[in-house]
Amino acid sequence: MNGFMSWIEQRIPVMRVANMHAIQYPAPKNMNFWYIFGFLATIVLVNQIITGIWLTMSYEPSAERAFASVEYIMREVNYGWLIRYMHSTGASAFFIVVYLHMFRGMMYGSYQKPRELLWVFGMLIYLALMAEAFMGYVLPWGQMSYWGAQVIVSLFSAIPVIGPDLVEWIQGDYVISGATLNRFFALHVIALPLVIVILVFLHIIALHEVGSNNPDGVNIKHKKGSLAEEDKTVYKIHEHYTDKYDIIDDVVPFFPHIVLKDLVAFSVFLFGFCYIMFFMPEMGGYFLEHPNFEVANPYKTPAHIFPVWYFTPYYAILKAVPDKLFGVLTMFGAIAVLFALPWIDRGKVRSWRYRCGLHKVNLLAFTAVFIFLGYLGGTPQENWKIIASQIATIMYFAFFVLLWIYSGKEKTKPVPERITL
Amino acid sequence: MSDVSVDTNESATNNEQPKSSDRRKFLTVGTCVVGAIGAVGAAVPFVASWQPSAKAKAAGADVQVDISAIQLGQMIRVKWRGKPVWIVRRTPDLLQSLSVHEGELSDPNSEAEQQPTFAQNQYRSLKSEYLILVGICTHLGCSPQHLADGAFEEYAEGVAEGFFCPCHGSKFDMAGRVFRGVPAPLNLVVPPYQYVDDNTVIIGSEAEVV
Repeated sequence: MNGFMSWIEQRIPVMRVANMHAIQYPAPKNMNFWYIFGFLATIVLVNQIITGIWLTMSYEPSAERAFASVEYIMREVNYGWLIRYMHSTGASAFFIVVYLHMFRGMMYGSYQKPRELLWVFGMLIYLALMAEAFMGYVLPWGQMSYWGAQVIVSLFSAIPVIGPDLVEWIQGDYVISGATLNRFFALHVIALPLVIVILVFLHIIALHEVGSNNPDGVNIKHKKGSLAEEDKTVYKIHEHYTDKYDIIDDVVPFFPHIVLKDLVAFSVFLFGFCYIMFFMPEMGGYFLEHPNFEVANPYKTPAHIFPVWYFTPYYAILKAVPDKLFGVLTMFGAIAVLFALPWIDRGKVRSWRYRCGLHKVNLLAFTAVFIFLGYLGGTPQENWKIIASQIATIMYFAFFVLLWIYSGKEKTKPVPERITL
Repeated sequence: MSDVSVDTNESATNNEQPKSSDRRKFLTVGTCVVGAIGAVGAAVPFVASWQPSAKAKAAGADVQVDISAIQLGQMIRVKWRGKPVWIVRRTPDLLQSLSVHEGELSDPNSEAEQQPTFAQNQYRSLKSEYLILVGICTHLGCSPQHLADGAFEEYAEGVAEGFFCPCHGSKFDMAGRVFRGVPAPLNLVVPPYQYVDDNTVIIGSEAEVV
């Protein structure tokens, strides 16, 4: 067996990579609950790919047949309902874990130097995920699929000069039609999954290059030769890391310590996931909107159009601005500004545990505003909501302005030398 | 060794380096440019393939509509280029009321190019009695609802009839003119059309100006 393994190893570095990136990867020992979401996102991605492959076996991407083929999957394909609900619940679960993953990064300053690109790759995944989710939602060709696509594609018409032609090009017709559905299908099942998988790969490579952050935001890698022998980790860490750095005795190997912790989290996650999937797959109209149980009708707009819950904060921002072009720019700006977060935050202390009180208030207010915007964007239009969404939009951007101002000369608490538990 | 590595610092003398590296640079740039042109050329079919197909274009041809059966105050919907087109037969009372609320509109005189020149008037139509509009909100493309018999008052005080977009609350009057303070930036689009005779209208093209 050993002979066979070394025969393989000499030709392709299976064990070397497994050791470097899992078995002997140094993970801070204080990684807490908030560190499960990257793992969960990967699991959900695998779920989406597998169930997605199975769904394409019965789905028919055409304006005439799409809606009926989804009904066929739900009613006649063996376990088709289960596979579809795994996919639709997975879509919302993906955004839940990604939002929590991003919040973790903001709490503990995981975007700060030297993890700027790690954050940017993460944002690119988030962007690709939004495109993927949007196009996937069009495929059942229900009323919300159709009118949601209509609204989103129309966003591009706000671009001066080329806007209307660009919309026609995206649609492949003068309106959202079967041509649009087919190309969205191609992008949803081939192009974007490839992009997402490649970006996830790059995200992990970037993570392992700079190393995992932790709730204290303190470094675990120190300059070579700077640590006394008794301060170095007792665990076997891969030479890839120990050749370049002295690793402090505050780490555990990723496998089995972190993997087992993640698996416990995964089993808890599965309880929630399965409960929703089996007992409330529509989640009261939030995961699967009720107008989507009616086939697309280009002549009848549903009384209330909302995107799925994970887009509603941006939708509220779009609605808040009474000018079309400026509204679209503000909405895309709300996403773009997140990309710039590592450079907007000028702070040197990562974790909010050791940052000023204002930072905690600011981040919590931002989170509350984001959730409030989600509520405003996901409920019917009322007069008071216009003002409310305008104030919330200003507060959304104010988070970044404030952060830039106070992080320049921030009064922080002393950061411990070593990880605290 | 020396004759193949003229561009490395170790083996090339200062005299021969510029001559050889200029030639090499020219070939490199030339290859890149030709390659880039080829890549752009190869991208053309992929980009152009997203344009509306011949089938979609054929489906977008002109539509002929018989309007003789429309009663006063009634609205019909027809399909042109896959979009809803509304034809409303407006009552004289309604036409008169159009000037009352002009102060609340953002473009009462139809200055933005949202209509053929023949419809750049208060009624935004060729014949004032018949209003012909593309029933797509100029904000984000939803189809507004026709609210008549005072139902529109809820959204615009003193205006009995109009179009209300359920998506983001944009409001239009019975000439398709947009109210101020709503997300839609422009009046509703008037499609090109022409009358063949009193009872027949063709949507999609306008008569040549004589």
